[in-house]
Amino acid sequence: MTDKIQVKNLSKVFGDDPDTALAMIRDGKTKDDVLAETGQTIGVQSVDFTVGEGEVFVVMGLSGSGKSTLVRMLNRLIEASDGEIFVDGEDLRRANEATLRRLRLDKVAMVFQHFALFPHKSVRENVEYGLKVAGVSADERRKRALDALDKVGLSAWADRRPSALSGGMQQRVGLARGLAVDPEILLMDEPFSALDPLIRRDMQNELLELQRELKKTIVFITHDLDEALILGDRIAIMKEGRFVQVGTAEEIVGNPADDYVAAFTQDVDRARVFDVQSVMKAPESLDPAQDGVADARRRLDELSRDALHVMRGGELAGIVTRRALAETEGNGDATLEDVMSPDAPTARPDTHLFTIYGACASGLPVAVIDGDGRFVGVVTPESVFDLLAQDNNTPQHEDAPADKEAAEAASVLSA
Amino acid sequence: MWQPSDTFEIPLDTWVESAIKGWLVPNFRDVFQAIQVPITVVLEGLDMALQAIPMPVFAIAVALVAWAVASRGLALFTLISLAIVDLIGVWTQTMTTLAMILTAVLFCAIVGVPLGIAAARRDGFEKGLRPVLDIMQTIPPFVYLVPIVMLFGVGMAPGIIATIIFALPPIIRLTNLGIRSVPEDLIEAAFAFGSSPRQVLWEVQLPLALRTIMAGLNQTLMLALSMAVIAALIGAGGLGLTVYTGLGRLDVGAATEGGLGIVLLAMILDRITQALGSDSPTKTPGFLETLKSFFRLGTPATSPETGRRVS
Repeated sequence: MTDKIQVKNLSKVFGDDPDTALAMIRDGKTKDDVLAETGQTIGVQSVDFTVGEGEVFVVMGLSGSGKSTLVRMLNRLIEASDGEIFVDGEDLRRANEATLRRLRLDKVAMVFQHFALFPHKSVRENVEYGLKVAGVSADERRKRALDALDKVGLSAWADRRPSALSGGMQQRVGLARGLAVDPEILLMDEPFSALDPLIRRDMQNELLELQRELKKTIVFITHDLDEALILGDRIAIMKEGRFVQVGTAEEIVGNPADDYVAAFTQDVDRARVFDVQSVMKAPESLDPAQDGVADARRRLDELSRDALHVMRGGELAGIVTRRALAETEGNGDATLEDVMSPDAPTARPDTHLFTIYGACASGLPVAVIDGDGRFVGVVTPESVFDLLAQDNNTPQHEDAPADKEAAEAASVLSA
Repeated sequence: MWQPSDTFEIPLDTWVESAIKGWLVPNFRDVFQAIQVPITVVLEGLDMALQAIPMPVFAIAVALVAWAVASRGLALFTLISLAIVDLIGVWTQTMTTLAMILTAVLFCAIVGVPLGIAAARRDGFEKGLRPVLDIMQTIPPFVYLVPIVMLFGVGMAPGIIATIIFALPPIIRLTNLGIRSVPEDLIEAAFAFGSSPRQVLWEVQLPLALRTIMAGLNQTLMLALSMAVIAALIGAGGLGLTVYTGLGRLDVGAATEGGLGIVLLAMILDRITQALGSDSPTKTPGFLETLKSFFRLGTPATSPETGRRVS
């Protein structure tokens, strides 16, 4: 993945004398010290990150954390005070007026929190706006605007005014306006924050769907951690102008960098962040062709498990439990086939944990079957519960269940 | 009791007099004469055209405009008012006044809108402009009539110049206000999509400021009308002259006729420009809808926005 956006040591000071403020920060003074001594506000403080092509990079922070300032520096709606920004290797801060305009016209589009639709233009004219200022002919821009409106499902509303649309629809128009210029980079400044929770969920799903097809590079700003976890390939948690932690959803939730992040992630539904793989244990199975009831008992004792899956010719055939074995005690003729229960719950390795609650309800271990039908691991209801019950306030390490089984499971998967 | 002026008086009057008579008038006479040319050309053209249109044609045309932009009621009011103006025998004067007002407002718009835009773009310029506008609005017009006569002479054009000075501030102020009150996020969005400052002005700021600018134009128009009588003092004609002459001769009747003409003209122009400025959906069917409805027997005219039946 090539880096689309590279940001190095980016800072923004709101005030007349940013150099003094920056020098103070370098000397280890805090934001409050700078404000008290010089009356200047530090908006963003020495932020570094890269965004890969086609990646969704989410910046999450509370209001006043500098996230809106940060995203506006990426297309220079706000001039940075210090640091460097490269877009496709081009030094944005030193770009002249013409280069900057080209960049905004062709490469970087923006979607705004309060939609910022032009009330005096129709929906189609709004979507056409970027093309119009770029000097695209009327026919062509009409066609491209209708295409973009089609993508967000609003082509029927093209000739209406934005004020006739609901909030969710207005933001779809905002999104279509961004997509119409076919940008490589989409900057989204809290685009769904002003929407109702239900509509917001719809829009998030729709964005994910669009993104699967369009593969834009997206910098997405939000104050909602759940939204960040759903949308972000990588997430940066921002506090008082700095990045506290940058990582994937699992890294942020599973291994919060400090108390601030931990406090945020405390209420997160971990089952929506972690997938089956992360609690999977090594696959162990019996083969009715070789193993008998006695072998099954021995294996269960060795592995100290309560149930084992049965594989017949590479296919999952069922599951044998201790209780079923106990019932056949004394019956020397019983075979594995007799004690096996044929309905064993299964799951895919890349699905989120909340989707296997039903499978776990039986109390039996869940067989993890990958896309090729291979038996790659086992998830026990207890391991799911363990992960959900993990204490968020003590920073964990990603490889916490780093026993041999998990390592084996991972190697099976990658094979 | 002693006061400073007993000992020393600033000879401001002689300073101003020598500045204007001794320096401004001899050196810049040609400049001031040149300024009058476009005003005179526009005024004479308009006056000739308005006088040439037969009264019934003009009255019906204005009534139709009133109908198109506002309502049937205003159209009726316009028709009756113009008939009264004609019946009391001041039609020619009214047309002259209208030509003067339109000329003054046209030049106010040509000068005022760009100044308002400039003020909205640069805080420094606005700061400098504000006291000038304050002075223009507070200084009694009589004060600048004398220098205007000295610089421009007497006649219609100087009268219009005095009117322009008096009526200019609102359109500048409201253009400035209108552009400044365009929401910041829309400007930001326009720039984010790569607009140049000129495109932002034409695509976003001016269209959104249009209502406020129209309100300014309405104010300017009303102020220009209120200058009709004062402009007559330095040789402007029209209804103002009728009132002024009546005043001089203590002819209450003539003054009333002139005054009534000004009031009726003011009301028509005010209502029409106000309707232009507000883009609220028309309450009664517009002119075109009504015309069409004549050919669609049985279906009453309905308001296009709401589709509700209009009683």
